[in-house]
Amino acid sequence: MLTLRRFFATLGPGTLWLLVFLVLPLLIVLGYSLLTRTDVGQVGLPVTLENWQRVFGYDALFEEFVPDNLLVLWRSVWVAGLSTLLCVALGYPLAFYIASQPQRRKNLLLLLLIIPFWTNFLIRVYAWIIILRPLGLYPSTLAVLLGMTYAYLPFFVLPVYSSVEKVDWRLVEAAEDLGATPVRAFWAAVFPQTLPGLVAGVILTFVPALGTFVVSDILGGAKTALVGNLIQNQFGQSGDWAYGSALSFLLLGVVLLGLWLYARAAGQRGLEELV
Amino acid sequence: MRRVSPALAAYSWLVYAFMYLPIFVLVLFSFNTSKFGATWEGFTTRWYGVLFARQDVREAVVNTLTVAVTSTLISAVLGTLLGLGLWRYTVRFRTALTFLLVTPIVIPDVVMGVSLLMFYALARHLLPFQGGLTTVLLAHVTFQVSYVALVVRSRLAGYGPELEEAARDLGANGLRAFLHVTLPIALPGVLSGALLAFTLSLDDFVVTYFTSGSGFHTLPVLIYTAVKRGVTPDINALSTLLIGFTALLLIVASLLTRPRKVRRED
Amino acid sequence: MSVQGVSKSFGPGSVVLDDIDLDIRRGEFFSLLGPSGCGKTTLLRILAGFEQPTSGQVLIGGRDMGGVPPHLRPVNTVFQSYALFPHLNVYDNVAFGLKMKGVPAAQQRERVARALETVRIQDFAKRRPDQLSGGQRQRVALARAIVLEPEVLLLDEPLSALDLKLRKELQVELSNLQETLGITFVFVTHDQEEALVMSDRIAVMNRGRVEQLGRAEELYERPRTAFVAGFLGSSNLISGTVHELTPGGAVIRTVHGPLTTRHVSGLRVGQEVVLSIRPEKLRMERDDETEGNEVRARVDDIVYTGAENQYLLQASGQSLVAFQLNADIGADEDFDYDEEVALYLPPESLVVLDG
Repeated sequence: MLTLRRFFATLGPGTLWLLVFLVLPLLIVLGYSLLTRTDVGQVGLPVTLENWQRVFGYDALFEEFVPDNLLVLWRSVWVAGLSTLLCVALGYPLAFYIASQPQRRKNLLLLLLIIPFWTNFLIRVYAWIIILRPLGLYPSTLAVLLGMTYAYLPFFVLPVYSSVEKVDWRLVEAAEDLGATPVRAFWAAVFPQTLPGLVAGVILTFVPALGTFVVSDILGGAKTALVGNLIQNQFGQSGDWAYGSALSFLLLGVVLLGLWLYARAAGQRGLEELV
Repeated sequence: MRRVSPALAAYSWLVYAFMYLPIFVLVLFSFNTSKFGATWEGFTTRWYGVLFARQDVREAVVNTLTVAVTSTLISAVLGTLLGLGLWRYTVRFRTALTFLLVTPIVIPDVVMGVSLLMFYALARHLLPFQGGLTTVLLAHVTFQVSYVALVVRSRLAGYGPELEEAARDLGANGLRAFLHVTLPIALPGVLSGALLAFTLSLDDFVVTYFTSGSGFHTLPVLIYTAVKRGVTPDINALSTLLIGFTALLLIVASLLTRPRKVRRED
Repeated sequence: MSVQGVSKSFGPGSVVLDDIDLDIRRGEFFSLLGPSGCGKTTLLRILAGFEQPTSGQVLIGGRDMGGVPPHLRPVNTVFQSYALFPHLNVYDNVAFGLKMKGVPAAQQRERVARALETVRIQDFAKRRPDQLSGGQRQRVALARAIVLEPEVLLLDEPLSALDLKLRKELQVELSNLQETLGITFVFVTHDQEEALVMSDRIAVMNRGRVEQLGRAEELYERPRTAFVAGFLGSSNLISGTVHELTPGGAVIRTVHGPLTTRHVSGLRVGQEVVLSIRPEKLRMERDDETEGNEVRARVDDIVYTGAENQYLLQASGQSLVAFQLNADIGADEDFDYDEEVALYLPPESLVVLDG
């Protein structure tokens, strides 16, 4: 029984808060992206598409195609993608290993996994400086890649693990009974069962990796700038909030699009399980 | 299927080694005599002393804890109410609401930070927003609320509306049914949601960085500015302490939330 | 309790209850019987106050309950899923209602102890719901409701989750309990045997309406509609036309020949009717006794269910079912496959159904 009063008592405050402090600011981002930079940290009329054009590499002022931005965007994508792949390579077998252990060991292994997950992100990333500097690998793209994989690995393993744990292994026996080799049995019987966790893990890794600036800021340099760094710049030294907003909203759009697609595929249940 | 190939075991332990390598190195080097940390020169606890003497560190600790505790309290209340509402009512815009709730979780930190920065800049004309405690606090609550709401909702998910109905049938009005039945049942969820929110606030860097204005530092922001200038052993010491604190919190939490599912067969 | 013209719909096109009129007498064991979806649970919820009727009203003890919330009504509910509070032990569960009322502690203890004893679960007072079996949980749910001494106790299929033996035991217990306590029980079930065993009066519901209301024997021996005839036990349905009305009864022309029935009220010659007769009323004979109301049939199938033989018979193109108690006399009283028999349909047992 939903009465208006009950609705406002429970769902009201939280929803209101999110509308004011989440949705409204994001709308401001959208709005700013369409305005013109008037001063450091200021925007004003006229409404313009210049910022968006710049995002996609077109400099309206000089009317020429400047691919620098696109390079940054591309770099963000492939670095995030590659580190996600590395996370898969490292994390997917790990999930199976943990799932195969007896209960007490399992809890211990999970705890060992969760501690880095909860440890301050910054600390875990900068720790690599100590290791990489003597090796001459700091700062570099490799360092960024390494750092990203490292940072997001626990984000990947945990959702995957929850799927792997629920795998019904009898299906493998059924497959082998029907003539499949162990390898084929795995792909046919086990892999599909882990798919929900795998997808969730990939999303929870790729999406933050796409928008990160901490890793590239600490372990990389100007040459390894990612979208996140670009955005940070706009709100720092450059003070071009309009342009920065356009970049931010692009990033946001990509993420929300992915989320929406996932929601369509996995339904509301899947959305809630993501946490 | 319990047969695990030794290759898988070895590989997994390598991955664990990879995960803990930097942490060990960091902890180790916090005891390093040498200031520049390139080579190991001797064991000392000197840096911990330096750390405690630093005024800015002490301030940052106070700031961090203040923000974390306050924001956790606020988000615990808001989030619990939200989780409760989600559990109890099937509203038409339920999917939209869930989407709204999931957004702060998946959104890239930069985008959230930047959006709040601009929001505050605009709002400064209307409200007495000073960069600092308030702005950071409000920002933290915004992403904490979702986590708490979803944790509480999932804790309540196993129970249906009959429990509240039974309470009302037995003489409790709406509020009393909530206090005596629903809340006690939801409590473990509320607590773990609050713990989650607390840790998230403690740990947050990006959003805090964009919303703290000038002069207000939390520990993560302090560490960042320090690292940008160059890694020093006292920062390593600080980091070691933080890692230890987190690990301790987690161990305690895992001991407390040992599943006590004792189901009798009918 | 008086239900007057209660209707309930959840939006256009979904009518769950259609103009229900019921009077439940003080101290009686009243059952709402019907298949799933017939609206019985919704009606119960309306009585409890968890739903409001779209139209009509409910009176308890003469007072109109319109707008009165559940916690202020003199009724208590035993839920189908028991709804025991998982965070409280048995004692606290039972004491809950007393606590809400502000009953002083000493009295609480006494009343709870008595309630626990009544349902015989006093040894489990310290246990939690997840440490109890289904039958035990059911008793706790009962105790929790009766400790408040309500005017009416509403029970929503409380026995449906239990296994057969336990269910039968509890049926008897509940029946006795009701008599001892004197509380009015309103009992919802889809199990007709259960309703027949326990109730003083039964309302048979189908698709949101009350098809027939009455005592168990009334409903069983003189069902008014085909639904009631088929829902309570089984029945044979024979259609025909009224041929003649005599002081002794009515003669109905059927495919099996003319059949006489004693139930003649409201019949007109030429009226189309449906006759119903219970399988156990049919008498199977080997020879023609020419008493009238005899139908020639052939044994098609035999089902042995322990206490009785169930015969599926073919007569004039219609299937009829007859039950015979297993006589200890021996095999010569049993009939065999394909045997030709004469079925005698006693006129008092042939009931005319409405519409």
